Amino acid sequence: MTDPVRQPRSMRFRGRSYIAFVLTPEAPIFDWLADLDAWTRRSAGFFVGKPVVLDLSAVNLSKDAIAHLVAELQTRDIRIMGIEGANPAEIGPELPPVLKGGRPAGALDPVNGAAARTVAPTSTPSPGSTPAPATPEPSSLLLESPVRSGQSIIFPQGDVTVLGSVSSGAEIIAGGSIHIYGTLRGRALAGSAGNSRARIFCHRAEAELLAIDGFYRTAEDMEPSLRSQPIQAWLQGDVMLIAPLN
Amino acid sequence: MAQVLVVTSGKGGVGKTTSTAALGAALAQTGQTVVVVDFDVGLRNLDLVMGAERRVVFDLVNVIQGQAKLQQALIRDKRLDTLWLLPASQTRDKDALTANGVARVIAELKEKFDWVICDSPAGIERGATLAMRHADTAVIVTNPEVSSVRDSDRIIGLLDSKTEKAEKGERIDKHLLISRYDAGRAARGEMLSLDDVLEILSIPLIGVVPESEDVLRASNVGSPVTLCSPASGAARAYSDAVRRLKGENIPMTIPSDKKRFMEKLFGRRAA
Repeated sequence: MTDPVRQPRSMRFRGRSYIAFVLTPEAPIFDWLADLDAWTRRSAGFFVGKPVVLDLSAVNLSKDAIAHLVAELQTRDIRIMGIEGANPAEIGPELPPVLKGGRPAGALDPVNGAAARTVAPTSTPSPGSTPAPATPEPSSLLLESPVRSGQSIIFPQGDVTVLGSVSSGAEIIAGGSIHIYGTLRGRALAGSAGNSRARIFCHRAEAELLAIDGFYRTAEDMEPSLRSQPIQAWLQGDVMLIAPLN
Repeated sequence: MAQVLVVTSGKGGVGKTTSTAALGAALAQTGQTVVVVDFDVGLRNLDLVMGAERRVVFDLVNVIQGQAKLQQALIRDKRLDTLWLLPASQTRDKDALTANGVARVIAELKEKFDWVICDSPAGIERGATLAMRHADTAVIVTNPEVSSVRDSDRIIGLLDSKTEKAEKGERIDKHLLISRYDAGRAARGEMLSLDDVLEILSIPLIGVVPESEDVLRASNVGSPVTLCSPASGAARAYSDAVRRLKGENIPMTIPSDKKRFMEKLFGRRAA
């Protein structure tokens, strides 16, 4: 059987944003690497499988020095997916691509170790066609069914509202605020994209962990009198406050 | 149209196999044809609980790999001629199950039987996901304790995302069966209350099986409790669960073992 003549299919290329962890080396590189080693000894395997971007804006490195640094990180099981803050002319084809237009997304999230900076590659329109008019991205997410143990809802664009409960072992990670009308037994991480004004509201708090913009509290640090109560949590400076809702 | 039902839980030791046998026998007693399929390849137990361990020649893996026909592997129950068993292999592991092979066997079973009951292995890996893959209905077996409830919650999440029905955008019917319930321990607060379990899992309840020596005895003699001691609290709980599965609306009770209670009383007096 021979294939019938194939019509060339039109290709669509879309841009998409992801949260990546950003490493910012400082001069002297040798000392910085030593500090990194000391840190990873305490949190072995932290970077394994995580997308990492290398921000070189704080240092001035030659092409060879950059290649050497990337190789050094590779030996530490840190895979660099892109380089930021470097002159594209310095980055040869053997190095990860240069990324631009990253948006800060707050400090390192202590829980999932992910949120650090949103990397937004610009979308590449398909050749020969006008890009589709961009529909505004929804800035809130509504979940009508309970969030079960083991499920992870990640919505960096904005608020998340859950009508049911969030089970123990489930997590909600939102760029904005989190509203839970059932019982929160799992984790809620609001303001993950660096929004310190984000809040967490829930109808009944039995949370394992609450986090806003990287500041977190575990169940153990929460006032026992707030347990099973309707609560809200917000940030005042570097302190997370939790109060009953009434 | 045949119904494919998966009995699953996430956690091990909560009573999946016992419940599969008891529900299968209770369904078969209503006159419908039932096959119970053991998906716990490598750690098969359903044949023991059904009392068919000495009659196994071919198994699920043989059928999947084309070494035997389905007819050769099916074992008919000696007590109920509407009840059949498709045993698992004890010498292989879960990797012997292929997605296509399982789909083919389930499709073939659906033509022959009114009910196909899949006894899922514990865990959330290959064996468990393949057992639930083609299900229309799920019975989630849960003990009233936190670890079991959390694992069941995880399994419900998988049922809503990894099954064929879920991938087509349909909803799989989920029913909760609470097993090993001890009214005394629940009253003393040593177990989660039924209300707590229902609140956390938020799926409809089809039965509460009391912790009972009859269940243990039934497993040891190789007979589903619904056949072995039909008057026991556990057997009545399973029979009621089957009626609810078939859509009957009967009030929820927790059948207790009156006989056992009398024995206890008697035993105490004698001592």
